[in-house]
Amino acid sequence: MATTTPNIVQADWEALRGRQESMLAMAWRRLQEHKPAMMSLLIVAVVVVGCVCAPLVLGYDPYYAPVELRRQAPSLAHLFGTDELGRDLMMRIWVGGRVSLAIGISAMLISILIGTVIGAVAGFYGGWIDNLLMRFTDFMLTIPTLFILLLAAQLLRSMNVPEISGGPLPIIIVIGALSWMGAARLVRGQFLSLKAKEFVDAARAVGARNNRIMWRHILPNAASPIIVAATLRVSNAIITESTLSFLGFGIQPPMPTWGNMLKNAQSQMASAPWIAIFPGLMIFVTVVAINYIGDGLRDALDPRHVE
Amino acid sequence: MTRYIIRRLLQAIPLLLVTSIAVFALMQAIPGGPLAAYANDPNISPEDMVRLQEELGMNVPKWQQYLNWLGAILQGDWGTSLLSRRPALTEIGERLPNTLYLSLFAFFGALLISIPIGLVSAVRQYSWFDHLMTTIAFMGHSIPIFWFGLILVVIFNVTIKNPFTGGPLLPGGGMYTIGVPFSLGDRLSHLILPASVLILHNLSSHVRYMRAGMLDVLRQDYIRTAQAKGLTEGAVIMKHGFKNAILPLVTIIGLEIPGLFNGALLAETIFSWPGMGRLFFNAIERSDYAVMMGVLMLSATLIVACGLITDIVYAFLDPRIRYD
Repeated sequence: MATTTPNIVQADWEALRGRQESMLAMAWRRLQEHKPAMMSLLIVAVVVVGCVCAPLVLGYDPYYAPVELRRQAPSLAHLFGTDELGRDLMMRIWVGGRVSLAIGISAMLISILIGTVIGAVAGFYGGWIDNLLMRFTDFMLTIPTLFILLLAAQLLRSMNVPEISGGPLPIIIVIGALSWMGAARLVRGQFLSLKAKEFVDAARAVGARNNRIMWRHILPNAASPIIVAATLRVSNAIITESTLSFLGFGIQPPMPTWGNMLKNAQSQMASAPWIAIFPGLMIFVTVVAINYIGDGLRDALDPRHVE
Repeated sequence: MTRYIIRRLLQAIPLLLVTSIAVFALMQAIPGGPLAAYANDPNISPEDMVRLQEELGMNVPKWQQYLNWLGAILQGDWGTSLLSRRPALTEIGERLPNTLYLSLFAFFGALLISIPIGLVSAVRQYSWFDHLMTTIAFMGHSIPIFWFGLILVVIFNVTIKNPFTGGPLLPGGGMYTIGVPFSLGDRLSHLILPASVLILHNLSSHVRYMRAGMLDVLRQDYIRTAQAKGLTEGAVIMKHGFKNAILPLVTIIGLEIPGLFNGALLAETIFSWPGMGRLFFNAIERSDYAVMMGVLMLSATLIVACGLITDIVYAFLDPRIRYD
């Protein structure tokens, strides 16, 4: 086949491929112009590397609770102070960050997966399928999520499967299953406009079936807004996890997360305010940074972007 | 217009029915059902359990239980709270005004602050004011509500003292000082912190939408026409710009109504505010079924009602929309 392809077509193909690669390069170049996003990228990198490596390097055990050291104010030995059981706060923040980040990313994957499938099917097939799926999405959007999150977390906990209750898995599933609606609407909109494009007709003309057209032809063209939405979903999931854990319906102690470290902080605010400040500051900084990256990506990936 | 409102009201009924089925199904899914709290109670014999199940109508098929429950709810029989032994409806009815008081104060407070900020930000785009406000809005959008509440307590309750009495500058919880006769100042001082938390949360998205909406409008031809015929800047912005820029804000407010309930739950829990959100939180911790189901159904109804109001406001504001 390749030998019969005229050289001129081959050259065009090469040029197209070249342009394809340079689009990624262009996005990266535009992202570099977005100063807050680049700063944020650095901050997120520090947080991730810290969470992965610091527990291996620093000498403190996040579960070691010397009672005589409880509620120590921040000092050189304990930069962020110690909590009500004498555990080093900084150490727990690094270890807790692993859990919080892992939940944020996993919940994002679930929510984007559900949202993409529902949005793609609704947008591609249209008609009663679209109507049904979108009414369901609207219905999910009228639910006060936090109420249902608490209920669902309680439900999963009361099922009493010792291996998973109180651990990350139920929380990931619950957050993912209740936060896909935005992505579904977004992907549906993309599919609605993209399915009318010529390349879809071209794919159909060479015999591609619906599934192939949806996932191989349309989806890659809808990737940019999905990537942006996915980025913002991570930060949202981190906030949701910390809220649930703060209320006592999320990850159960002694496993630390940024949220459940704040659970007992309220009762000790007068004597040890640092217990309330540092874990929350960590959530805040991480979430702001991720949101700025999302913002930068939105600009960088926007095809209508004027330079 | 009347026909449009009636049609939307009729559409709300199936939505609420679906919600009621979902609420009922969720409750049924919890192992042990409404009697879970008694399951491990040594004072309750198996015979008592059977009797209780009969009393609660749990020995009929599920669909019949659902219909019975729905019928009772509609007739105002919301069951009895396991915790207080009082009718759930009374319990919720007592808390609802407190939630509305806090939420509505925060809701309108956020609107009053965010509309002028968004307006000025757009008109003076890229000024220091615009940069400052968009940054604050971005931060407010990213801060966990509950942590912002904790920080406010650390600052205004724990750290800063009232220079006259030496006590905390602002109370860290409750709706009023217990044992003190009613005074407006006392009520307001209790309102400041929880309302600030909710206001910042609503503010951030409102400012962004108001600014974006206004920027969009300012680029329109009719604004240039208004300027060309010699109107003052104020008249152009207020009469021709603002009226059109408010529309996207109304849309986003409609979408954010469920979020108001989430915010209320958090603010009430942190600041021990005797509202519906905290009632729900306590009920769920103790498996108080009647209260949980009641709060969920009431919230769903309120959300649907608010959505309806938003749509009607939108129709009034936008003369291009004709629903007949």
